[in-house]
Amino acid sequence: MRTILRLLPLLVPALALAPDQGARAAVLPDDRADALYHRYDGGGVTIDGPSLLVRKKFAEKYSVSANYYVDMVSSASIDVISTASPYREQRTQTSVGADVLNGRTQYTVSFANSDENDYTARTAGFDVSQDLFGDLTRLSFGYSRGWDEVRKRGDDAFSEPVDRSTWRFGMTQILTPKLMMGVSYELVSDEGFLNNPYRSVRYLDSDSASGFAFQPEVYPGTRTSNAFSIDARYFLPYRAAVSGHYRWFNDTWGVDADTVKVGYTHPVGKQWILELSYRWYGQSAADFYSDLFPRRDAQNFMGRDKELSTFSSQMVGLGATYELPPFGVPFLKRSTVSLFYDRFRFAYDDFRDVTAGGTPGEEPLYGFDAEVLRLFFSGWF
Amino acid sequence: MATKRVLAATALLAALTGCAGVEPWVKPYERQNFADPIMAADRDPVAVAYLNHVFEAREGARGALGGHGGGCGCN
Repeated sequence: MRTILRLLPLLVPALALAPDQGARAAVLPDDRADALYHRYDGGGVTIDGPSLLVRKKFAEKYSVSANYYVDMVSSASIDVISTASPYREQRTQTSVGADVLNGRTQYTVSFANSDENDYTARTAGFDVSQDLFGDLTRLSFGYSRGWDEVRKRGDDAFSEPVDRSTWRFGMTQILTPKLMMGVSYELVSDEGFLNNPYRSVRYLDSDSASGFAFQPEVYPGTRTSNAFSIDARYFLPYRAAVSGHYRWFNDTWGVDADTVKVGYTHPVGKQWILELSYRWYGQSAADFYSDLFPRRDAQNFMGRDKELSTFSSQMVGLGATYELPPFGVPFLKRSTVSLFYDRFRFAYDDFRDVTAGGTPGEEPLYGFDAEVLRLFFSGWF
Repeated sequence: MATKRVLAATALLAALTGCAGVEPWVKPYERQNFADPIMAADRDPVAVAYLNHVFEAREGARGALGGHGGGCGCN
């Protein structure tokens, strides 16, 4: 079963750019290594694996980074059990990046490669950022290009390309000694085979005992999306921070979405940092989405991907970071261990649980809870 | 029309030139709060990238995740 690499272009600069871009004068990020274990569990899907990230700078002017990431997927999602059999697969992604700092300008190039048994994605990216106005402002601009190949297990002749382009623009601004804000805009354009070669749509079929049948989904060959976000972070008088985030999204498939997130960060003593966050997300359905089409081949384009339906999700997150005491490794300046737990609830407005049975189109609406765990060690050297 | 464009371009140039001389209203010695780790939006890039990966995989929207994004969409 394929894992769609929808937005690999975004991941590359995410790991290559400085972690605190915009907050201070132009400096390259610290030498650092992270070893993370991640786990997602929800809706019949379990995904876990490691992610290793290493950064090293040279002469305060050059920096390189490398990331190795694995997803081990075990899926019996509602999509899968409705029309196919549970499966297991593995995705491996490697990415590298390099930064050059020239005065107040930082240049970043990055490349990523992702492989699984039926999908390959390669992405190259270039980003520039510039500090202005006494380093109170940072402007950034980036472009990524991705080349994917979609394959289909059991059909050796099936191979379809997808080309992806991403343009991004951002600005962060220090407004007061305690407040900083940021805005970002991102345009993503895809062209090629954008649907899932395994997924089906369902339609009313009086000849079927269940009253419905399935046929392969058909998506448009292009998709362009716009996303705009605004962020703020404020330093409270008693050394804690509050943050807010809003994102607006739309695309040429008719999906409109809003995201709101608030967070609170609270240090305890010199060794602990505790975090609490809440996030709400809501979207409308794609124009060609339907849970139940009236007949076979009802439209030119047809989709029943629940990620393209009308739904909302809520997330509550808790996190703790502990500064470890020195434990005798000479090259390690400091180290931390962190644990983050996030709980999601997804509620779908027009995606029904066909496994529940009943009259087609009147089955209960689908929903599920999911848990995300991130446990990682960070060392600065 | 051409005159208006020239005036607009001149005004823009003047504004930008003016900006180049903007005196930072938050002095360097007033920025210690931004050096505190709790003010870093993505203090741990590897962890932030993973959570954004989950968002991208489970939601129809993509991009502009507060400066970072990423991920695959697992079925």
